[in-house]
Amino acid sequence: MEKGEIRVCILRVGGTNCDAETKRAFTELGVEAEVYHINQIAKRGILQESEALVIPGGFSYGDYVRAGAILAKGLLTKLGDDLERFIEEGKPVLGICNGFQVLVEAGLLPGFDGVGSRPEAALTTNIPVGYRCRWVYLKHENRGNCIFTSKVPRDVTLRIPVAHAEGRFIFPEGKEQEYLERLYENDQLVFRYCDEDGRYAEGRYPTNPNGSFHDIAGICNPEGTVFGLMPHPERAYYGWQLPDWTRRGSPPKYGDGRLIFESMIDYLTRKF
Amino acid sequence: MSRRLYLRKSVPFSLLEVNLLEADNGDLARISREMGLALNLREMRRVKEYFSKVGRNPTDVELQTIGQTWSEHCYHKTFKGTIRTSDGREVRSLLKTYIVKATEEIDAPWCVSVFEDNAGIIHFDGDYAVAVKVETHNHPSAIEPFGGAATGVGGVIRDVLGVWADPIACTDVLGFGPLDYDFEKLPPGVKHPKYIFRGVVAGIGHYGNNMGIPTVNGAIYFDESYTGNVVVYCGCVGILPVKNYVKNAKPGDVIVLAGGRTGRDGIHGVTFASLELTEESETVSRPAVQIANPIEEEKLKRAIIAVRDLGLGTSITDLGGGGLSSAVGETAHRFGCGAYVDLEKVPLKYPGIAPWEIYISESQERMLLTVRENDLEKVLEVFREEDVEATPIGRLTADGRLELRYRGYVVADLDIEFLFSPPPVERTARWVRPRLSEPSFPEPEDLTSDLLKILASPNVASKESVVRTYDHEVKGNTVLKPFCGRYDGPSDAAVLKPLDGSWKGLVISCGMNPRYGKIDPYWMAASAIDEAIRNNTAVGGRRISLLDNFVWGNPEKPDRLGSLLRACEACYRFAKGFGTPFISGKDSLYNESPLGPVTPTLLITAVGVIPDIRRTVSMDLKESGSILYLVGATYPELGGSEYYRLKGFIGRSVPKVRIKEAAETVRAVVKAIDSGYVKACHDLSEGGLGVAAAEMAFSGGLGLEINLSKVEASGGLSRSDFVLFSESNSRFLIEVPEKVKDEFEALMKGLRFSPIGRVKAEGWLSIYGLNGSRVVDVSIKDLRDAWRSTFGG
Repeated sequence: MEKGEIRVCILRVGGTNCDAETKRAFTELGVEAEVYHINQIAKRGILQESEALVIPGGFSYGDYVRAGAILAKGLLTKLGDDLERFIEEGKPVLGICNGFQVLVEAGLLPGFDGVGSRPEAALTTNIPVGYRCRWVYLKHENRGNCIFTSKVPRDVTLRIPVAHAEGRFIFPEGKEQEYLERLYENDQLVFRYCDEDGRYAEGRYPTNPNGSFHDIAGICNPEGTVFGLMPHPERAYYGWQLPDWTRRGSPPKYGDGRLIFESMIDYLTRKF
Repeated sequence: MSRRLYLRKSVPFSLLEVNLLEADNGDLARISREMGLALNLREMRRVKEYFSKVGRNPTDVELQTIGQTWSEHCYHKTFKGTIRTSDGREVRSLLKTYIVKATEEIDAPWCVSVFEDNAGIIHFDGDYAVAVKVETHNHPSAIEPFGGAATGVGGVIRDVLGVWADPIACTDVLGFGPLDYDFEKLPPGVKHPKYIFRGVVAGIGHYGNNMGIPTVNGAIYFDESYTGNVVVYCGCVGILPVKNYVKNAKPGDVIVLAGGRTGRDGIHGVTFASLELTEESETVSRPAVQIANPIEEEKLKRAIIAVRDLGLGTSITDLGGGGLSSAVGETAHRFGCGAYVDLEKVPLKYPGIAPWEIYISESQERMLLTVRENDLEKVLEVFREEDVEATPIGRLTADGRLELRYRGYVVADLDIEFLFSPPPVERTARWVRPRLSEPSFPEPEDLTSDLLKILASPNVASKESVVRTYDHEVKGNTVLKPFCGRYDGPSDAAVLKPLDGSWKGLVISCGMNPRYGKIDPYWMAASAIDEAIRNNTAVGGRRISLLDNFVWGNPEKPDRLGSLLRACEACYRFAKGFGTPFISGKDSLYNESPLGPVTPTLLITAVGVIPDIRRTVSMDLKESGSILYLVGATYPELGGSEYYRLKGFIGRSVPKVRIKEAAETVRAVVKAIDSGYVKACHDLSEGGLGVAAAEMAFSGGLGLEINLSKVEASGGLSRSDFVLFSESNSRFLIEVPEKVKDEFEALMKGLRFSPIGRVKAEGWLSIYGLNGSRVVDVSIKDLRDAWRSTFGG
């Protein structure tokens, strides 16, 4: 389909707060993006009219209980069947930061056994404990399965900021190796924290900003159409958002985050 | 004492009649104290006089309403009152005489609405204006640091919403006692600085982060006097289309209360803030601290902006200090109306709250709107869609009266004119210059270790471990962040790009120098203004507006008021001299605790613009081989400096501001930045040239070689340590590429400036003293490690 025909649905609830800049990223690429409250999406059947769903960053419902937990339940109860169909049709779902937490809590990521199962991982309290806002480097690990990084060459290092208190990706105790192997087998691993030169953080703070298992920053489902990441690509969309662009005299036009949105649009124009 | 002061009214709820008509002076004082009114005898007598004329006793609701409205916090009696000085002068209203006067005389074309609303509004770009407000939340933070600071942020965000502006950034400037304060020395009722520090920092992050508003600028300052009087300044900047700045309420409009429910939290917050803190504050005033719910405010914000965009409101104000009493009264007063409110309609958190409590509760996340009858249903629908409660609770009327009802009974009926005419305050001011002398100590041969110590001193050291707990990136519009350069150097100001269709940027900076105030509050105020402006200028800001926020002790004590007066005098002179109008401000007085008064503290916030954010300059060195210029003259001004503090002195040679030179310097630096000659620019403040040079070097990962004998020094500066650490105002360190040297110097013509060194590829700082010997010799890694050693990264 043509770019201009693509409709991106950006979901929000009380406490969502990165919706405007996420919408801007899509609009800039020439697709139609709109922010809808989950109640409107449910009531007006917005999902059926959309080609992509994005759950942006924020503190949905205050992140009480656990980050993303309440919205995850809301997602399944309010949009359950529609969402399942949406995913089965291969329409992309992107979760950024809080959105990633929601997708994991909802069991949609890593989604080893498809939609609707119990959570198989968690994004839990950072180590060291606390909210941190900083720029990190991400190594692209995907071998071509993830539709959100098709424009990112393998092994390339991207620079994107994180800002969260609960971003430590973990698998259930005792299942770490097994699940990690499945991630690799299914080509679900997308980003790992690394240093400027692309060397894995190996858990070292602040290169790995939250103590994530295996330096995991972002993963996709086995089909590569549902993707969640803790870093905020919408905050690395323009060159002037970079933390040290002033060293160059004038900012580059774009930042690395743009590649993710571009890849997603590219997939949609080709597939639908 | 046979008279009964309080009579229970025969109504089916709690309502007292207060026997004011028969009360003598002793009774009046007792009533004020027992009801927590914080009114003095003169004010109580005015109240009695009013009710004598009316011919009846007041209800508790009426007295509480008056107490709130006349509080220092709501009415700013001291700033509006008359001050007699010990040298025989009479100042009628500090606010009008100094602050507003500067703004009026500057008559800046970019001011849209100043000193009128909850926030100052200035033109930004095209059809857009920005609204700015800075508040203090000291007293609540002293009692309950997390809740106090969080609701401080929440409150100032509502101030900005209260002029229909969409909040886009927050600032916070904090003052704490030394974190290593001896527990044994803490008097009862004073909490340890470390406890307060942790709570306040967490509270600020909790609110701003959860609401999705970036915290982009701030400072943390330590002073012994902040141990008993924590200082919490919270600022907020919002943006609005100028045409949406609507205030046309009229009689008949419906009063709508929107947002969170009303409870017993925040009872007597404003009267509490208008008294000194005591040993009992913890137990007596705990209920004065409100409870924060940022998600509620996030939803409320969306609904308010939607109502704004639909053009459905006729006025708006926030519920802050004084709760409904202040919001309803001020709205009615502003539009020359009366108001009628049915307190029973106010949604409550739990039953059993007395009418007076409902009316003065400061429960958070509430806004008051007035809407035309015809639009009411549409407005309520907007709130419903956001899951926010909104309730019509009354109406504006034409009769100039405030009438409150509860369950069909009239519980208050006051003349609004009377309510807003408290007896003018008269106070005396006497400032006595402290007896201080200039210290005498030998000049060290090597200054490396002193430089390292100053970099590690709490007021200079990196606050990265705190700043990174605040989201400074959300909304994706932060162009220059709190940290810049290759190695996270301290930015002088924040730059935002608020509009997608424009390259114009907003520049936010601050200045504060409480240590100078210990020598002379006049030069402290001058220095704070200069610092805020030069921080703004250093990144490329111009067309600057200022906000003044005073934190002082009890103004009823003549010496406290004397120093406040001196600071205000400087505010007028230097704001005018720089051509930078005040657009908003606030005073927080009565900052006194069992440990004594707060060190008088003036925070100046500067808001400038940069025509194109791609011209923004950061403070990190960029390229080896560049020339380092020091622009602005250096004087023997070390009074209140970090260097003297390190040596155990205050001194008396406080930094002054030579306004003509200062204003010219600022203009020239802006020109140089616009011409593209400036690769890096950093202002000189605490720690002077030594600290500024070190920060520029380690932030850029480059070295520097500096020769102190090249510095434009005045007034008999003959010691290398004084040249290196003098804190003279109006100075910039500027990195200029060799190839535009001549052009740059031509622009600086007529100013005091000189090339003092060169940028080196090797990461080393070498500084040569006045006699040519090396006085600083250290790697930039050691400098950076020292800077980050105190609070970590």
